[in-house]
Amino acid sequence: MVILLIPLLLPVLTAVAYLAAGWRRSTAWLGAGSAAVVLAAVVVLAVQVLAAGPRTAVGGLLRADALTAFMLVVVAAVALVACAATPAHLRGEIAAGHASARTATRHTVLVQLFLAAMTLAVLAADLGVLWVAVEATTIITAFLVGQRRTRAAVEAAWKYVVICSTGIALALLGTLLLNYASLHAGSGAGLDLAALADGAAGLDPGVTRIAVALLILGFGTKAGLAPLHAWLPDAHSQAPAPVSALMSGVLLSVAFYAILRVKVIADAALGVGFARTMLVVIALASLLVATTLLIAQRDYKRMLAYSSIEHMGLLALGAAAGGPLATAAVLLHMLGHGLAKSTLFVGAGHVLQATGSSRIADVRALASRSPVLAGCVGAGVLALVGFPPFSLFASEFALARAGFANGLGWATAAAFVLVLVIAAVLVGHTSRMLLGASTAAPGAAPAPLPLPIGAATTMVLALVGCAVIGVGAAPLAPLLARAADIVSGTP
Amino acid sequence: MSEALLTQLVGLGAGAVLLTAVLVLWLRELAVVIRVFAAQGVALAGLVAVLAVHEGSGELAVVAVGVLVLRAGLLPHLLRRALSAAEGERRVTRPLVNVAASLLAAAVLTLLALAVSQPLVALAPSPVTAAIPVGMAVVLIGFFVLVTRRRALSQLTGFLLMDNGITAVGFLTGAGVALIVELGVFLDVLLAVLVLGVLTGRMRDVFGRTDLDELRELHD
Repeated sequence: MVILLIPLLLPVLTAVAYLAAGWRRSTAWLGAGSAAVVLAAVVVLAVQVLAAGPRTAVGGLLRADALTAFMLVVVAAVALVACAATPAHLRGEIAAGHASARTATRHTVLVQLFLAAMTLAVLAADLGVLWVAVEATTIITAFLVGQRRTRAAVEAAWKYVVICSTGIALALLGTLLLNYASLHAGSGAGLDLAALADGAAGLDPGVTRIAVALLILGFGTKAGLAPLHAWLPDAHSQAPAPVSALMSGVLLSVAFYAILRVKVIADAALGVGFARTMLVVIALASLLVATTLLIAQRDYKRMLAYSSIEHMGLLALGAAAGGPLATAAVLLHMLGHGLAKSTLFVGAGHVLQATGSSRIADVRALASRSPVLAGCVGAGVLALVGFPPFSLFASEFALARAGFANGLGWATAAAFVLVLVIAAVLVGHTSRMLLGASTAAPGAAPAPLPLPIGAATTMVLALVGCAVIGVGAAPLAPLLARAADIVSGTP
Repeated sequence: MSEALLTQLVGLGAGAVLLTAVLVLWLRELAVVIRVFAAQGVALAGLVAVLAVHEGSGELAVVAVGVLVLRAGLLPHLLRRALSAAEGERRVTRPLVNVAASLLAAAVLTLLALAVSQPLVALAPSPVTAAIPVGMAVVLIGFFVLVTRRRALSQLTGFLLMDNGITAVGFLTGAGVALIVELGVFLDVLLAVLVLGVLTGRMRDVFGRTDLDELRELHD
């Protein structure tokens, strides 16, 4: 099953290559090349899984069903965006004196290891291995968040590691308790995700209830869901742009994938009510937090980070609604959000490099200084708030329909009121940055803002991808349907 | 091993783990807290060793040695090194809640742990699982330390306390987790502590001290 190992081992090999050769002109595009090969491999894997069912490797430790295959596509697509934007970002940092060739090498090595850890998390057949991989992502990214060694960066890294490690420790406790319940269910399932889901009816409800609550809370921390979301805006705003793109675009979704796997087991063992109630409360709390802190937001990177909390809240709402439609919408939303959010973080990184400030008030008249960058940021924000033709329109629409159809009418209505408020706030903040009057002396033309051609191409292609998925999700439909069947327990 | 002896030994080990957790709340001198933490590591390793003898499991005996090396040797050593780098700072914890209230909170948390763990004990009543509430209590006390301490190093001890509690629950509930997962958990805890140690050092470089009250750059 070589195809299963490519997305896992290729990033590791790339990391080794960077470690050996260092970051230089000739190796700058190695990461993007590796990400492109991985994307091709996971598409082949997805086709195989659809044709021939789940694939396993390494003695059953790795397993790819339709849900895993879809998550691999999400990880690989956003990884390609982030890796393609990396050379321009690092050149800019080195030119500005924020980084040296040495820190650039370290950055690329850590990013590749980060990708490998996320791939392991979605490929793991065993809840224990999944836990180890998610914790590994925290450790690797801690160094990336604190890369600049400023006061703010160190503070963000500290909060990130302490809160996420604590949250993920709760998930470990939940994992151990689930193992305990599984041990006494006598099915010999251990922590194997598929076997646990099959034999969930035999799990002791009392123990499973505690375990599921801890697992949802723990992985929810890593997914940036309330109440343990406080690390997210700090870490996402302090990390270098391509890393923010990966953390916001996929790491949150990978943690949410863990919640989906837990929910399958919880629904079979406890009925749908338990996980649903928890997820609805968490979803509304996250949306409320995001709304209140977005309204008076003064920092555009933090604005994007809070918008990620909003979208994770929407995913939680969709998971709570359950059923094939809602689940397919949740998965499609992950992909669309990943592409749009990574584009925006890459764009925000270039704005930050050019203006030296992450305050919304310091960025004005972007549209006349760099039409391409302004166009990408504007289109990205429109995608984020759910304008057609971008795929987030389709997925949010489906989420709302499923929410009303599955008996979550009030929660869905409240959630979408908050989503509308957030949309208005996001568009308002962004339009001030793009179209606001220039602060330069009257009469003087505003200084043009340089945008490397590589970064521009990456952002445009990612947005086009997001729109293409929104217009015609047909090639993805069978994969989405099969994955949704796995989550909603109707194989 | 007879049932009565097993009950006594498990009770002794679990009691020592809980007592050391409460001591961490009570003591202020960080160097002493680290010593108490090491003692808790020894008690935890002893608990695992008792289980290993009881089940006649060689694998569990190896794990017991691993627990001893990591929790009574390596982690306290790393903490001590981080502390000795903090020359010039007052080496005492600065809790947000005073000692008397902390001890009261520990009592309440222990009762809470007993109440929450009832289904866990009821699933397979035995002298071993009867000690699960103690592990849960240590997790809660560790969490309490984590949220009520202002020094980076004190927060770190809270995190490690939580982790010891989780490990205790893991072994008391059967420890059937595959060896590869256990290795992964060991490694992750060690790395998390190393990362936090590095960050403590960086914090001292840029802030001059590790008082988390200084962390005010990022807020909304």
